[in-house]
Amino acid sequence: MAEAAFYSAALLALPGAALADPDSSRQKNLIYLLVQDCGSCHGMTLKGGLGPPLLPDSLEGKNADDLADIIINGIPGTPMPPWAFEISLQDAIWLAQRMKEGIPRDR
Amino acid sequence: MTDKLKIRQPLSSIPTLFLNLGLVLALGLVLSGCISTARGTGDLGLIIERADGAIQIIETTSRTKLYEIDGLGDLSHASAVFSRDSRYAFIFGRDGGLTKVDLLTGKIVKRVIQGGNSIGGAISQDGSLVAVSNYKPGGVKVFDSATLNLVADIPATYGNGERSKTVGLVDAPGQKFIFTLYDASEIWIADLSDRNIPVITKFKNIGKLPYDGLLTPDGRTYIAGLFGEDGLAMIDLWHPEGGVQRILNGYGRGEKPLPVYKMPHLEGWAAAGDLMFLPAVGRHEVLIVDRASWKEVGRIPVHGQPVFVVARPDGRQVWVNFAHPLNNVVQVIDVPSRRIVKSFNPGPAVLHIEFSPRGEQAWVSVRDRDMVQVYDTRTLSVVTTLKARKPSGIFLSARAHRLGL
Repeated sequence: MAEAAFYSAALLALPGAALADPDSSRQKNLIYLLVQDCGSCHGMTLKGGLGPPLLPDSLEGKNADDLADIIINGIPGTPMPPWAFEISLQDAIWLAQRMKEGIPRDR
Repeated sequence: MTDKLKIRQPLSSIPTLFLNLGLVLALGLVLSGCISTARGTGDLGLIIERADGAIQIIETTSRTKLYEIDGLGDLSHASAVFSRDSRYAFIFGRDGGLTKVDLLTGKIVKRVIQGGNSIGGAISQDGSLVAVSNYKPGGVKVFDSATLNLVADIPATYGNGERSKTVGLVDAPGQKFIFTLYDASEIWIADLSDRNIPVITKFKNIGKLPYDGLLTPDGRTYIAGLFGEDGLAMIDLWHPEGGVQRILNGYGRGEKPLPVYKMPHLEGWAAAGDLMFLPAVGRHEVLIVDRASWKEVGRIPVHGQPVFVVARPDGRQVWVNFAHPLNNVVQVIDVPSRRIVKSFNPGPAVLHIEFSPRGEQAWVSVRDRDMVQVYDTRTLSVVTTLKARKPSGIFLSARAHRLGL
């Protein structure tokens, strides 16, 4: 419930708002990218490595828009690179929401 | 049984008697699960199957899989070192797991969870100690290699008592371990020549965001890579009183730093003759550095951001793999001409390259095609392909006899 409320809030906050979820095959790719490649620094279970953990607990209090912005633009002065070259804003928001709710372990 | 044989066999058949006894003995050994034929471990190794928490034991003579071992936990970014008799492998998992595996029987001998979040390890010069580097809680723990009992706990404490992630842990001559504190910008040398009283020497203010370290193959020089600034931090272990020197200071100067999609590994830094070949951070280049002066003497444009830049053991070739999203390619550099002589395209997500001890084979893991390819480094062709589940690191037992791995 809280998740759904959050989701709508995130969408409303965006200019143009009508961002749909990525389609199911893209969703699969994004989760694979998250686990395997973001996992290089954040750990394959997202519990953190050289980069910070990306688990629901550690992301509490951060909203999906801000997280999406970090994914797209990176954090200058740190090893976190910008991913805009292959992740759209729509993808990034969807990914941020999945991280906030937790990725099932069997992926 | 013996009586029967005695009655039946004349003296001339004594060899037959021995043969029969031999068969009985061999059968007994097979039935009791022991090894029926003696063999060495010099051509053995392992492949990390990271997504499944498993490893394969492989051998490089006939290039086949011997065993599949499950139950090693979270193996993202896992690595391994080998006992000095190269019979046992110690595997360091991300979840803090330290697992000792018998290469000959394909069995887990012992497994401990020693930390919460770990990044690699090392084995001491005499083989008696295994050290593990931990992100959380930050520091290094040292274990007896026979029992995996804790010998020493070295918290990476700095500032007002915070604990730093530790990276770049290596062994060094004199029963030492050297590692780098990512958050504290320090390098520590831990002398365990008396295992009960580790003596720590600290080097401070080495530079911003040191993300990995390496020991040169001769065991003399420790180098930490700095993400937060141009250049590298170096300690001459023959003259540690000289402190940390900054090398390759000009590297990248005046250019906008580029984003990095996978941190380059320092361990594999390639020493070839008088030159070292290093991954440029963020740039699609391999740097060539003179080993005597530590000055850059050239750059080679390559396919992507280099991750591993590794020299064939004879130093004639250097093989390179790349960061996401250009990680589908492996390039081979010919050292004398400094030219790329071959580009392979084994598939998406080439994660690691390991040479056989004398360099006639290169083993390459291709994560997204669930395979490991073995190349002939002379003909530059594929010799064989082995199936493996999301393979990452490949570690051959010859590492047992090399410093700093």
